[in-house]
Amino acid sequence: MNWLLVCPIVIPLAAAVIGFAGRGSERTQRAVSLAGAIGLAGVAAGLLSSVWRDGIASVQIGRWPAPYGITLVADHLSAAMVAVSALIGLATVIYAFGDTRPGPLSRALHPLLHALLAGVCGAFLAGDVFNLYVWFEIMLIASLALLVLGGTPAQLDGAVRYAALSLIATTLLLSGIGLLYGLTGTLNMADLHLRVQEVEDQGLLTLVGMVFIIAFGLKAAVFPLFFWLPASYHTPQTAVSAVFSGLLTKVGVYALMRFFTLIFRHDVGYTHELLLWVAGLTMVTGVLGAASQNELRRILSFHIISQIGYMILGLALFTTLGLLGGIFYVIHHIIVKANLFFVSGAVNRLAGSTDLQTLGGLYRDKPLLAVLFFVPAFSLAGFPPLSGFWAKLLLIRASVESDEFVLAGVALVVGLLTVFSMTKIWLNAFWKARPDEAGPAPSFAPRRRWLLLAPIATLATITLAIGLYARPLYELAERAATELMDPSIYVEAVLDRDTVATAAPGYGDNAE
Amino acid sequence: MEPIVAVIVGVLMAATVYLMLSRNFVRFIFGLALLSHAANLVIFASGGMTRGRPPLIAPGASAPPPDISNAVPQALILTAIVISFSLLTFALVLAFRTYQELETVDTDRMRAAEPTSAGADAGQRAVG
Repeated sequence: MNWLLVCPIVIPLAAAVIGFAGRGSERTQRAVSLAGAIGLAGVAAGLLSSVWRDGIASVQIGRWPAPYGITLVADHLSAAMVAVSALIGLATVIYAFGDTRPGPLSRALHPLLHALLAGVCGAFLAGDVFNLYVWFEIMLIASLALLVLGGTPAQLDGAVRYAALSLIATTLLLSGIGLLYGLTGTLNMADLHLRVQEVEDQGLLTLVGMVFIIAFGLKAAVFPLFFWLPASYHTPQTAVSAVFSGLLTKVGVYALMRFFTLIFRHDVGYTHELLLWVAGLTMVTGVLGAASQNELRRILSFHIISQIGYMILGLALFTTLGLLGGIFYVIHHIIVKANLFFVSGAVNRLAGSTDLQTLGGLYRDKPLLAVLFFVPAFSLAGFPPLSGFWAKLLLIRASVESDEFVLAGVALVVGLLTVFSMTKIWLNAFWKARPDEAGPAPSFAPRRRWLLLAPIATLATITLAIGLYARPLYELAERAATELMDPSIYVEAVLDRDTVATAAPGYGDNAE
Repeated sequence: MEPIVAVIVGVLMAATVYLMLSRNFVRFIFGLALLSHAANLVIFASGGMTRGRPPLIAPGASAPPPDISNAVPQALILTAIVISFSLLTFALVLAFRTYQELETVDTDRMRAAEPTSAGADAGQRAVG
């Protein structure tokens, strides 16, 4: 089973390199990109079913035993995240075939997309904190290049903001890793779980935890560190903003979930209480920001922020049900949000604009697209029987069970305001009559039509399927949450018991 | 040795904050360079600073002597230097391209992505 853990990183890396080398021929490059995306989806599905069957899988690269070598680990959370990333990667590649004309843009887009996927999958599978940092950096450099693809003033401006805050975040992450290593003398996450309990000054540990909250919080775009997101996400190519909206911030959420269930769980009353506040404020500021916007992609960008709040809420409650809801939310959200960005791109292709004032009449002209927007949009708002309803229900129930009635109320009100934003888009872009100055009824170029609509329709079907039959995803999230709440399962899967016992105590431990 | 390094890290951080508060994006990038140096020094210090005790294992022994300085952080720093160098290069090129397109390096006057008319009032208020 070892190769299953390595493949989700190797396949996109290979697709990126071969795609870059083969950029002379558009046809070869597209074939490589499609093959890479399908291959990644295949191994990700294989990895998920393997973890589902046999439990946590881990592999020691180069056979160096666990606390010293490089470890890749896939528990239920990692495997699910890799699988859903692979799905979004495949959808994006197909959508990009329809959306980006053959040319220099397309030739740069596909290899970079795969480099991004390699970074994302690597971050999900990394079993030690320094490798997590390295995968974050690969993801960052690929996303920076994707962001400025096209080189328009708006893209460069957005990239300045994105680069500035992301670079601070990664440097903070690096310092945090240094401090954590100084305290514990290890980098392996499973080993860290054991060693942090031996640290004498638990206050210092909390302090280091705060460095990680800020670093990952910047990545995840939580309150008050989210300003880079609405400044940059509406500027790049549609395919790029879709993959960003689905995956980038969620890697930050994943890292928070991993660190604050496995490593920093010594002072839940402080760290997780803080996360509760962050979660509530993130939900509220995000949704209020969205309400003030009038451009399709900018509304959606602000909604990413408010949805991140829900995921952090699941983590901050620190109960099995809370984490279950949080994990369910992440997976549902990735599918829905990427899909909404795809729809916004299709609208832009059709009407030549994403400004709500100049749009209109799309329901009459393109009923199919309207239905395909309706499903993810109202899933995001939490209408039954769509996937978002179950995600919100689980989180609100978890809040009530933990006696956090205020946050349950906030979550409900934010859901209501999300409905407001989504109906605003629905009324303006789809329902109202097309403004007279907008010209004749728009239509897709015939050959592109299905390349654009197929990924949207597939993701919408998945949303509907999760909504109507939530059991499998619920069980997956339940298993992942149980593993997070009981780290000993993770630790035992990674570390060889004998290795831990015989490792010379104090070697590499420079705390004194 | 550690107190000296701690002071150096503090001075670097102070300089970083000073440079990053500037509206000039190029100054911000210089701040970023200093910040990554500070981070590298933090990691360096976390490995322990001892004089004249290389992390070598004597012939016949299976573990190094107890109070050596740890070599792992230095390997980490090497990786981190390479990564931060590449990101810094990207940031400099980005600053140059932005200057070419927008004809300014003042981040307050970069309003291409969030035009002032459409809800960037918050930024304006921060300036005034």
